[in-house]
Amino acid sequence: MAAKKSGKKRMGGFWVNGGLIIICLLWTIPTLGLLISSFRDRVDINRTGWWTVLPHQDWVASEQIKPEPDVDRNQPMTLAGVTATFEEFRQGIEQDGKRLIWIGNRRVGYLEVQEQKITANTNFTLENYKQVLASDDYTATLSDGTTVTERGDNMGRTFLNSLAVAIPATIIPIFLAAMAAYGFAWMRFPARKMSFALVIALLAVPLQIALVPLLRDYVALGINGTFLAVWVAHTGFGLPLATYLLYNYISGLPRDILESSFIDGASHFTIFMKHILPLSVPALAAFAIFQFLWVWNDYLVALIFIGASPTNQVLTQRLAEIVGSRGQDWHLLTAGAFVTMLLPLAVFFGLQRFFVRGLLAGSVKG
Amino acid sequence: MATTLPRSLPPDVVRENGGPARIFMALVPLLAALALLVGGFILLRDLQTQETGTVSPLITAALAILWGVGGIILLFVTAYHFVERLPMPWPARLEPWVFVGPALFMLIWALFLPALRTIVLSLQDADSVNFVGLQNYTGVLSDPGMLTVFRNNLLWMLIGTTFTVSFGLLVAVLADRSRFETLAKALIFLPMAISFVGAGVIWNFVYAVKPSDAAQIGLLNSVVVSLGGQPQAWTAFFQPWNNFFLIAIVIWLQTGYSMVLFSAAIKGIPSEMLEAARVDGANEVQIFFSIMIPYIMGTIVTVATTIVIFTLKIFDVVIVMTGGQYGTSVIATEFYRQYFTYNNNGYGSAIATILLIAVMPVMAYNLRRFAQQEVF
Repeated sequence: MAAKKSGKKRMGGFWVNGGLIIICLLWTIPTLGLLISSFRDRVDINRTGWWTVLPHQDWVASEQIKPEPDVDRNQPMTLAGVTATFEEFRQGIEQDGKRLIWIGNRRVGYLEVQEQKITANTNFTLENYKQVLASDDYTATLSDGTTVTERGDNMGRTFLNSLAVAIPATIIPIFLAAMAAYGFAWMRFPARKMSFALVIALLAVPLQIALVPLLRDYVALGINGTFLAVWVAHTGFGLPLATYLLYNYISGLPRDILESSFIDGASHFTIFMKHILPLSVPALAAFAIFQFLWVWNDYLVALIFIGASPTNQVLTQRLAEIVGSRGQDWHLLTAGAFVTMLLPLAVFFGLQRFFVRGLLAGSVKG
Repeated sequence: MATTLPRSLPPDVVRENGGPARIFMALVPLLAALALLVGGFILLRDLQTQETGTVSPLITAALAILWGVGGIILLFVTAYHFVERLPMPWPARLEPWVFVGPALFMLIWALFLPALRTIVLSLQDADSVNFVGLQNYTGVLSDPGMLTVFRNNLLWMLIGTTFTVSFGLLVAVLADRSRFETLAKALIFLPMAISFVGAGVIWNFVYAVKPSDAAQIGLLNSVVVSLGGQPQAWTAFFQPWNNFFLIAIVIWLQTGYSMVLFSAAIKGIPSEMLEAARVDGANEVQIFFSIMIPYIMGTIVTVATTIVIFTLKIFDVVIVMTGGQYGTSVIATEFYRQYFTYNNNGYGSAIATILLIAVMPVMAYNLRRFAQQEVF
């Protein structure tokens, strides 16, 4: 019986692990392709797939033949024992396992003799990152030695803007929510039930419904286009979930700790600051990660309240702009996208456990 | 004397409260804290609106944290101090509002009132001057373009939710029996950290298309060409299937979320229950469908509801991938277009209100469950 069971488990193990590996590959390869491409030369990105950085069979140059300058390139030429026109050479001529192909233009180009070999395009560079981070004109050096000067995408500054938006928009709502959660969990007052019902009702409200009236208030207050506008918006939009999650946590803390503090004469204020906040660190951290990732990755709120102001733009806006205006410049898009993902991925890998805990508390409990 | 006092009031408070002079003395720091908050607000606003560009965003952020967190703590402390010194019934009455007041104020200002105001706007004309009754709604609902929009949202909700839930469930069950559970779950979960705009770029690159005589740099077209097919512009002219290629992105992003919840739920199934079924000769498929699924039904409903709401509000992915063109527009992108491209406040608000109405059942469900809780 036992042997049969373990045998069955091993069989299951093969299918289970095989299936899981396939799904994991499907889920990882798109990001991996982006990461690899962001380090590739801009010309290479547009000419070959990113997977050619892996060893594969391809035509590799073995010899270069420069025709004499006086050869008439408008007539059939005889090079490497083959007579053909320029157009035919440019198409490539295959014979004896070799390929003759014209590289460059008619006047100063040359003929390349290529052979099938195992090769890998490992021509990596940091140029793409330098260009997206640069604030002024950036001169990129291409793999063939030529240089191109283009406007940098100023993502260095934009990265700082994103930090300036995300950090206050994470800390402020958490503190407000912790206070409110304590009030709802440990104090009794009229309208308590109604107020908390408001929090619950607003949990599912789509934020689109609030955008335009809030925008009008911002214009009246003169803060449209500033970080303040985004902080206030994210604080308001994040509060229902934050209050709800922290209420669940704080109301579950052992009551006797607090009752003994009351008997010792501690005020609500002391209890909140000295006992509740330290005890709630796991829940606070879980929500902090949640809110930070949400604000950092947000596009809609920034788009509406920061808008076109180039000095205050955040990363998602900048990246979306590059998508819109230079959607085929894959060297910029890949590097730019990775710049926006850098911090969330670091947070994610460093604090995954807290993040998962936050997700679970938000959905399974309650 | 002390025994008649409410328990929540510590003795020192009782000694100090009362007396107009004391109340006035306590009012000063409270007003100072308020003034500091307002002053900080104006300072931060002016730092940003003056187009000097010299103030580093990090300094602004540091100031903001100081202002926001410090200001709130200061307001909290001074308000509490003030309330404690009021004559007798008032401290106990007002104390709770010191705790819940600031959060409620923000909620009402940033969410509750705007929602009501949007509903009013939806009953007015494009410039929000005259009331036009339900004209915006009839206009929106009879617009043939909106039919595609609603169809697309329905597709998003059906396909997106079905696949996110199934994949999440599949991965959770597989990972539970695998040797590299932690690694697999981290890899599937990873896209959760990526923004929609970033995910848009990742998948634009997967879907990238080159002329059929050039080498394909997009993974999908490269596979299609190597199988003998023709390269396609998957998200553009491949209608109406292009919607599915957009939905795939959100499935990719959200499967991690559903997996995490399902994984926790599956681990909560008592192992005796599964053992008993195995002893009775049930195979793994039977166990999955007749024990696991019913046991975690609550979680499945939660996850499905979350994803439905999520796909109902979907915006970023569509805006970044297609801008809502090629028949991929959804409610949220249409809302944005009406407001900010056509400046039609009436239509825009009506669309936002339709979105609100669509989530009403979920709000009602949440409230009903809340009302049933004994704690309150």
